[in-house]
Amino acid sequence: MNLLDVSNLHASVETDDGPQPILKGLNLTVKAGEVHAIMGPNGSGKSTLANVLSGRPGYTVGGGGAMLGGNNLLDLEPFERAQIGMFLAFQYPVEIPGVSNMEFLKASIDSLARARGEEQPNTASFMRTVRELAASLDLDPAFLKRGVNEGFSGGEKKRNEIMQLLLLNPKLALLDETDSGLDIDALKVVADGVNRYRSESNGVVLITHYQRLLDYIVPDYVHVLSNGQIIESGDKSLALELEAKGYAWLT
Amino acid sequence: MSKSSVDDLVEAGSEYHAGFVTDVESETLPPGLDESVVRFISARKGEPQWLTDWRLEAFAKWREMREPNWAHVHYPPIDFQAISYYSAPKSQTDGPRSLDEVDPELLRTYEKLGIPLHEQAALAGVVPDPAAIGTPAGTNVAVDVVFDSVSIATTFKETLAAAGVIFCPISEAVHSHPELVQKYLGSVIPQRDNYYAALNSAVFSDGSFVYIPKGVRCPMELSTYFRINERNTGQFERTLIIADEGSHVSYLEGCTAPMRDENQLHAAVVELVAMGDAEIKYSTVQNWYPGDENGKGGIYNFVTKRGLCAGPRAKISWTQVETGSAITWKYPSVVLRGDESVGEFYSVALTNNRQQADTGTKMIHMGKNTKSTIVSKGISAGGSENCYRGLVRISPTAQNARNFTQCDSLLIGDQCGAHTFPYIENKNNSATVEHEASTSKVSDDQLFACQQRGIETEQAVSMIVNGFCKEVFRELPMEFAVEAGKLLEVSLEGAVG
Repeated sequence: MNLLDVSNLHASVETDDGPQPILKGLNLTVKAGEVHAIMGPNGSGKSTLANVLSGRPGYTVGGGGAMLGGNNLLDLEPFERAQIGMFLAFQYPVEIPGVSNMEFLKASIDSLARARGEEQPNTASFMRTVRELAASLDLDPAFLKRGVNEGFSGGEKKRNEIMQLLLLNPKLALLDETDSGLDIDALKVVADGVNRYRSESNGVVLITHYQRLLDYIVPDYVHVLSNGQIIESGDKSLALELEAKGYAWLT
Repeated sequence: MSKSSVDDLVEAGSEYHAGFVTDVESETLPPGLDESVVRFISARKGEPQWLTDWRLEAFAKWREMREPNWAHVHYPPIDFQAISYYSAPKSQTDGPRSLDEVDPELLRTYEKLGIPLHEQAALAGVVPDPAAIGTPAGTNVAVDVVFDSVSIATTFKETLAAAGVIFCPISEAVHSHPELVQKYLGSVIPQRDNYYAALNSAVFSDGSFVYIPKGVRCPMELSTYFRINERNTGQFERTLIIADEGSHVSYLEGCTAPMRDENQLHAAVVELVAMGDAEIKYSTVQNWYPGDENGKGGIYNFVTKRGLCAGPRAKISWTQVETGSAITWKYPSVVLRGDESVGEFYSVALTNNRQQADTGTKMIHMGKNTKSTIVSKGISAGGSENCYRGLVRISPTAQNARNFTQCDSLLIGDQCGAHTFPYIENKNNSATVEHEASTSKVSDDQLFACQQRGIETEQAVSMIVNGFCKEVFRELPMEFAVEAGKLLEVSLEGAVG
């Protein structure tokens, strides 16, 4: 069975001038164990895809479908999508002042466990797990006591997203330009985290501008998104070709 | 727009959890206010002549005063002749002071209010074992319950008496410690201080009296639950706390009221006196009935609270969590007369639906090297209006005075308002006065970030709001901090999709 099944998806973003169509019949299928990279020029709809799949307010679905593990995503509230295993690593992680990282992670993991009818983890062992994860991503354990993303550097925010990915271990990870703004060392740490997450039972959709990330996270498929549709698919050699030639030869 | 966006959070009104009426026979004075009412109240309490005269003096002053209209709140004119000024549970007429004689209906009321178990045990006269009641060792709580206008039960009296602490209804203190009451009543808040303080001085019903002797650290936290119960009954609490030299006391005030259609006036006066090296920490959690989502009903809370740091190095700290009342008009203040004295004000004020709050503090620096800190967190949701109003006054005598003020406002939705009115009067150029202010929103992005990690909308809002209030909550005594967090959750409940 396919993990993620997006078929003929149409969606528009709400703007001051009314709805602006962005996705215009997008198809994408991800099986367990696969990593798909989605590349494309600015404004092609990459982030919209991530936002529509995860249910961010401000978008309207005009047609088509999106299934995750047999559930119709478009019928679900954002938190319900998370509860059935959808994870979005944010392009711009937000700050939540006064809510400590540890508190946030505990609330998250408890909510997921509750929704799935699983036992909530014991606090002491949970905290130990989180501290180990933080250390493995070169994050100072002191940052767990700080407010969520409060005063974090760009690199810390992105590593924090990856830490959440590893902790929550979702079925499907959508990474929205997680590589943007990272120096090469941070990029390696992030890529290493994603590779640790990869398994036969989950899937990754990697949204990126640059081929550079794909040197570290090797995708099974590369898709080119343009004007709201996937216009070309291939293996990782497609990414190299795009880097050499740009997008113009495809559009 | 998704169903879980911020705009939808404020749509539905929240149901008031403490809305019920206790069926106890009451003796209530018919509505109206004149000299004879003042005399009746005084006579009913068997007060000495000096107090009757004091009340009458206040009444005469009140009659010459005008209702203030400078606050950023709006309400129909109050008919002071339509209010009843005295109400006492009838079962109290014979004066039972033992808990066994307390009307079982009252005890059920405390249960419904969710008064913490150890405090219920205290009310039931059981001396709790600190290890068994889940509070940190040594943090016993003594409760003095004000049910409507008469204090019906005072607990832990013996323990407190052994330390020399006096903690009793002020109506009792008038008889048992007249010299203290006469000396300090009105010493911090004079009769003519303001319209409502004058009214309170004339007709005050009952309240707490606390005296901590020299050098004594009060062995437990003192706690009072206030509750307004009678239809159309104004409630006029009067509390007086005196901490003698080098003493220390922490006082907790928590309130809740049953659901009513009529607006109820509440005009309390709280006076604190801290002598040299004494410390008073006064914490309030207030969740009186705020009215329904259309602004019908709810308590008018016009309170005067002020503390005097009378001697050197005295310290007074106000911490308040205000989520209730239709209208709040309240400025717990500190007069820093003693050199090196310290005043603090930590406040969380949450308004939802049609609630209006105009609250803040006044820090009056008179002594040298005096220091004050103000941290105010205002949260507005629904169509509510939330206002910080604060005065920092540095007198010419206040050499090297320091003040730090931080006012933060958090908006939920786009129908509410937040306002900040800081007044600074500096008459001494050696003073340092700092003011910081911010306004932010619970953003769709923050909510979505929580939801995307599986956290449901209601819990997400509560978590974000609690995070915003963290600096104030950590000033609260432990058991109150937990209660305060829950209270915010309850107050925002139902406001969330």
